[in-house]
Amino acid sequence: MSLAIDIRRLRFRYGGGPWVLDIPELTLERGTRAFLFGPSGSGKTTLLGVLAGVLEANEGEVTVLGEDLGSLSGAQRDAFRAEHIGYVFQMFNLIPYLSVLDNITLPVRMHAGRRARLDGAGVKESAAQLAGQLQIGDLLSKPVTELSVGQQQRVAACRALIGAPELIVADEPTSSLDFDRREDFLELLFQECERAGATLVFVSHDRALEGMFSRTISLPDVNKAVF
Amino acid sequence: MLVLDLALKSLRNRAFSTSLTVGSIALSVALLIGVENVRVGMRESFSNTISQTDLIVGTKGGTIQLLLYSVFGMGAPTENVSWEAYRQWAEHPAVAWTIPYSLGDSHRGFRVIGTNEDFYHRYRYRGGQEIALAEGRASEGLYDVTLGADVAEELNYGLGDEIAVTHGIGEVGFLVHDHMPFTVVGVLVKTFTPVDRALYVTLEGMEAIHLEEGASAASDDGHEHDEETVTEAAVTDDGHAHEEEAEAAPADDGHMHEEDEVEAAPVDDEHGHAHEEESEVASADDGHTHEEDEVVSEVTQAPPEDDGHAHEEEAEEAVAEAAPVDDGHAHEADLSIEDVEVTQVTSFFVGTTDRRDVLMLQREINDFEDEPMMAVIPGVALNEMWRSLGYAETGLRLVTIFVVLVGLLGMLVSLYTSLNERRREMAILRAVGAGPSRIVALLVLESACLAAAGALAGLALVYVLLSVGQSIVEAQVGLFIPIRPPGSVELLFMGAVVSAGFLMGFVPALKAYRTALHDGLTVRV
Repeated sequence: MSLAIDIRRLRFRYGGGPWVLDIPELTLERGTRAFLFGPSGSGKTTLLGVLAGVLEANEGEVTVLGEDLGSLSGAQRDAFRAEHIGYVFQMFNLIPYLSVLDNITLPVRMHAGRRARLDGAGVKESAAQLAGQLQIGDLLSKPVTELSVGQQQRVAACRALIGAPELIVADEPTSSLDFDRREDFLELLFQECERAGATLVFVSHDRALEGMFSRTISLPDVNKAVF
Repeated sequence: MLVLDLALKSLRNRAFSTSLTVGSIALSVALLIGVENVRVGMRESFSNTISQTDLIVGTKGGTIQLLLYSVFGMGAPTENVSWEAYRQWAEHPAVAWTIPYSLGDSHRGFRVIGTNEDFYHRYRYRGGQEIALAEGRASEGLYDVTLGADVAEELNYGLGDEIAVTHGIGEVGFLVHDHMPFTVVGVLVKTFTPVDRALYVTLEGMEAIHLEEGASAASDDGHEHDEETVTEAAVTDDGHAHEEEAEAAPADDGHMHEEDEVEAAPVDDEHGHAHEEESEVASADDGHTHEEDEVVSEVTQAPPEDDGHAHEEEAEEAVAEAAPVDDGHAHEADLSIEDVEVTQVTSFFVGTTDRRDVLMLQREINDFEDEPMMAVIPGVALNEMWRSLGYAETGLRLVTIFVVLVGLLGMLVSLYTSLNERRREMAILRAVGAGPSRIVALLVLESACLAAAGALAGLALVYVLLSVGQSIVEAQVGLFIPIRPPGSVELLFMGAVVSAGFLMGFVPALKAYRTALHDGLTVRV
């Protein structure tokens, strides 16, 4: 099985600041449901930024889904992200001035490559189908400001999943949910990742969820830059 | 066009700040276009005040001055043109027609112009439009007056009304001849030119006003002193005048003074200075009982400036011809149009038989040796005058351009300050694959949309204001601003505003670009 993520001798820092990431090696096989944990300030979000191609590594190689990000230009990395990666934030995931439907369909409207992954299905239909699977099918035409936090996170999950990207990156998406809802949300997320055959990188500082994942990575263990 | 869609939805989401921004840009654009409209309207009404006249002729002086007093009813000539000179030029073979103008008096702030029937037939404005009578007829008789449309409207005069004429020009005349009433015989159709703001009497009527002034100076208050001699009357002045116009009287009658010197110089010289201190008593005193020397002091007090020169000869004439006139109310019986000899005009308009002769004729008039005269070509003079107003125009335009810049800066501030609360939005867009260039495009588009909406709203506002205010402005200022579809100037302005908005959009956009690169997917709010 090929690797979803292959990191070698990655070093990263913001501007001229201290090293935030120093990861000699980190690999993740495709189809894994990985739990990446670490305390605040251990570089979790930064690592996700590098993986998503938003931040550029200062040193080392970062290969995502077989693509060496270091060899891509900024615009190419943006396109790569649009096409292959779904991203879920901790909270405030949605663009307030767009409807639920518009938020979900944002990636496929942003990039033709992602739209092509709908396999000919209509944009709306795909969004509606995903929304139905995540049990928010009745919210599509609502303004996002009327949604509860849990509903918002499901909309964000739909957005990450639409067009079936190979890699789903979730940055503490459940931290704003209470425990029961966390499990519900994760169940749904897993189910959809499986359906799409996507690799999931799930970041949290809360080890209570660890047991639901197939692999656990402790960032302080792999990242030599901190502590 | 995802980015355009996002930009519009984002703007709609911030409806309040968006509408404020659009509103301020709209106001500034409306001001810019409105000022341009007013400018064009002014320019047009300016150059349309007179048309088809080839030359305006008056005494030597400034070109603009001649244009001002002859066409725009502003200012006063220094000299008049003698009737003989006028006739000489009027009969020149190259001259097809003339319109004589005689100025010098006013009625409640409006000018009184002495002219003849040629005015009603020959005067043209705005591309050859004729002046026409709204009601009544043109002035023919000595005491006929035809009113410009504004005069009739503002003073609420109608046919048959009797009005008095004031000597001198200005809101408060020097001397009201209420015993010298003119009768309104006609009202002109509104022209939106200075024609509307004047009263038209015959040349003879104008001359008669001057005669009356001379005569009234020469005659006493007729009710009591009918039997008095001319000489006495001249010295004793008109009791009327200083009863009613105690302040005005000492300053008024330069011509009276002149006349006194002619008729009663010895008395004047003898008593003038000796009785200065009594003058107050004299003016306060009942005019009917005044003593000779009191009045003399009154007379000496009168400063001889005024427009005495214009009246010197008249005064003599007045005494000779019409001195026995005692009661103004009876004037019709005393004076008829045949009795009055026109001695001068202020200026005259000339139409040539062949326009190719204009320059030749102009040169001839300018070289005229008998009298200092000057002829100007209205179009040339109007252009010269407009150019001299050009500084104000440029200044005005600069100010409005700055107002537009301020409006756009307001937009810039509003967009810029909104960026901080939009960092999350930018991070989301980045996460779903938007490159920094999309972020820049989004903000630039928002800015351009705001500017475009503002420009359109401003244009619409101009038309709304024009349709509402056109008649008001017309009535209040006499400025007719035509309503036209937007022309190249408006389109140019709007294009410039949208372009400026577009360019300004790069300021918040580049800031957002940098923030987006730095923030990545983290948002430290």
